[in-house]
Amino acid sequence: MFNKKRNRFGETLVEWTLRLSGGTTTLVIVLISIFLFTEGWGLFKSSTVEKGYVLCVNRSNKIQNLTPKQVKEIFDGNITSWKQVGGDDIPIEPLRMDDIASQYTEEEIGANFEHLPQKLSEAIAAKPGALAFFPEQFININFQGRVLPAETITLKEYFGGKEWFPTATPAAQFGVLPLILGTLWVSIAAILIALPFGLAVAIYLAEIANNRVRKILKPLIELLAGIPSVVYGFFGLIVIVPLIRSIFHLPVGETALAGAIVLAIMALPTIITVAEDAMRTTPLAMKESSLALGATHWQTIYRVVIPYASSGIMAAIVLGIGRAIGETMAVLMVTGNAAVIPHTLTEPVRTIPATIAAELGESAMGSVQYQALFMLGAILFVLTLGISIWAEIIRKEPKVQ
Amino acid sequence: MQQNKFTGKRANQAIFFSLFRLMSYLVVGILFCIIGFIVIRGIGVINWEFLTSAPKDGMTKGGIFPAIIGTFYLVIGSMLVAFPIGVMSGIYMNEYATNKHIVRVIRVMTNNLGGIPSIVFGLFGMSLFVNKLHFGDSLLAGSFTLGLLALPLIIRVTEEALKAIPDTYRQGSLALGATKLTTIRRVILPAAFPNVMTGLILSIGRVSGETAPILFTAAAYFLPHLPTSVFDQVMALPYHLYVIATSGTDLEATRPMAYGTAIVLIAIVLIMNLLANIVRRRFSK
Repeated sequence: MFNKKRNRFGETLVEWTLRLSGGTTTLVIVLISIFLFTEGWGLFKSSTVEKGYVLCVNRSNKIQNLTPKQVKEIFDGNITSWKQVGGDDIPIEPLRMDDIASQYTEEEIGANFEHLPQKLSEAIAAKPGALAFFPEQFININFQGRVLPAETITLKEYFGGKEWFPTATPAAQFGVLPLILGTLWVSIAAILIALPFGLAVAIYLAEIANNRVRKILKPLIELLAGIPSVVYGFFGLIVIVPLIRSIFHLPVGETALAGAIVLAIMALPTIITVAEDAMRTTPLAMKESSLALGATHWQTIYRVVIPYASSGIMAAIVLGIGRAIGETMAVLMVTGNAAVIPHTLTEPVRTIPATIAAELGESAMGSVQYQALFMLGAILFVLTLGISIWAEIIRKEPKVQ
Repeated sequence: MQQNKFTGKRANQAIFFSLFRLMSYLVVGILFCIIGFIVIRGIGVINWEFLTSAPKDGMTKGGIFPAIIGTFYLVIGSMLVAFPIGVMSGIYMNEYATNKHIVRVIRVMTNNLGGIPSIVFGLFGMSLFVNKLHFGDSLLAGSFTLGLLALPLIIRVTEEALKAIPDTYRQGSLALGATKLTTIRRVILPAAFPNVMTGLILSIGRVSGETAPILFTAAAYFLPHLPTSVFDQVMALPYHLYVIATSGTDLEATRPMAYGTAIVLIAIVLIMNLLANIVRRRFSK
């Protein structure tokens, strides 16, 4: 009696343990989204001006604030007048710490920079067009300039910005457009290369090859999927990159094209397997009716099998793109990693995953760059999640006749 | 005329079919090219010393022993995380869950988790295990991150293995008076064992080659000694290959080492695939 009771208790316990583990994947997905967004969202709340530093102007200046982009343009020398940013027609005089320090002798500043706050204040007061960038600690009570409020990056600047300079001073730039475009360029080019091959192999395996050949080819193609991405990246680096450099007479072979070729090889197994599975579901009766009507095997394939499997083939393409978008190591190794908007395939590009992999190690925890990279991770997460769900929906759609 | 049209169609078919055959052989040819190229260039490096000694002289000499051991530990650690949860989750979905909607949600979530890029797992692992739970850059954090990555594969394989078992097994056992738990333990699991093992072996192959998830959670550029606790950083084969292939003061001098490391990585995948096939064949008789 007692034994039986204990057994039932054990069964319930086991059932609950099983139920909990069943929820693990759901929990992990929820946790991933929470963590990526909470770590990344801080980006839109923190100043892009380097931590501990401030931007100051002369008190007569009407300017209330400057966007990170404007700050960078000013210090790069592309904006030279306050008029361009909405102020008076006075030339801008950028002042960095070094400029101020070099204007005065060591005695004037003092051995421990004790007179520097005073000199700084005077320099800003003397120049109506000054824009000074210096550590916060040098502001004393009788500071004669005006500190500009710390500007945060907006969603629009993040998604529409064309420049990604996460460590630029005075103001870091976080425009993800070049990274998003780079990712899409490489992935789409990869799929365009992989698609004809993938479909040909899928048709061959599903319809043409005899069982013996299929039994040899199929595991080999699955093996292609198992090779680690660093190995593909390494192969790309030593074979494909030099090849592209010599064929196109380029200064560097690390280009979007190299990435696309490596990714095409990597996406092939996914495309082949999913498309072949889809073609195999074509009912025998449909194929037999086509053949009975006098169609050749090839006509049956492209008039019956391919249309029937079209949703599965679409799913294969979508999954292939998803795989290519998220691929990190191989792309990091062969695409050259230049964060500029690409114009041709023979230019270096930088993808979202490669950016995360390359920069996260160097960014301090909680810094603006760290947050920007987590935000990139969140974008990638949403993108690939959307793609898997999309593929799922396409696959489930009722087959058209 | 009719005859001509027919031969035309036949010729058309012959052209397309040979094209497809050619392209298929080409794809497999690429595979052999990649493996062959690396093996031919690097086989000279592989010897006992390379496999059993630590890197020397800025990675230009010595071997990859610490990286092999590191990868071994990471594989063990990640499987300790993923295997029990994955198998239990598979059992739940196939044997216990009665609500079709719940099963569907879990299945969709599992598929989605499988589609998430490995670098996102790396970010998540860094923020949860390394920072929030204070594991630090460690074997432990890396194992958990890789374990989560391998989870969908193991769940899927377990589910398929369980599905393949005929219902008569279950009914027979229940009819003899066994409880559900006993049925699962004594009848279902032994029958599903070979297929579940195949999944385990394949996920070992996958996990041992992953780089992105361990970049910020576990991997070290160089460690003079082997890890002594789960809170130590480890060297790992894929990360080691990435490092010596891309960054270093003397790329030419580290090339042979890179080829050697790549061969070891490919060998692991080949061996795991072979092993999975053997297990599958051995037990399916």
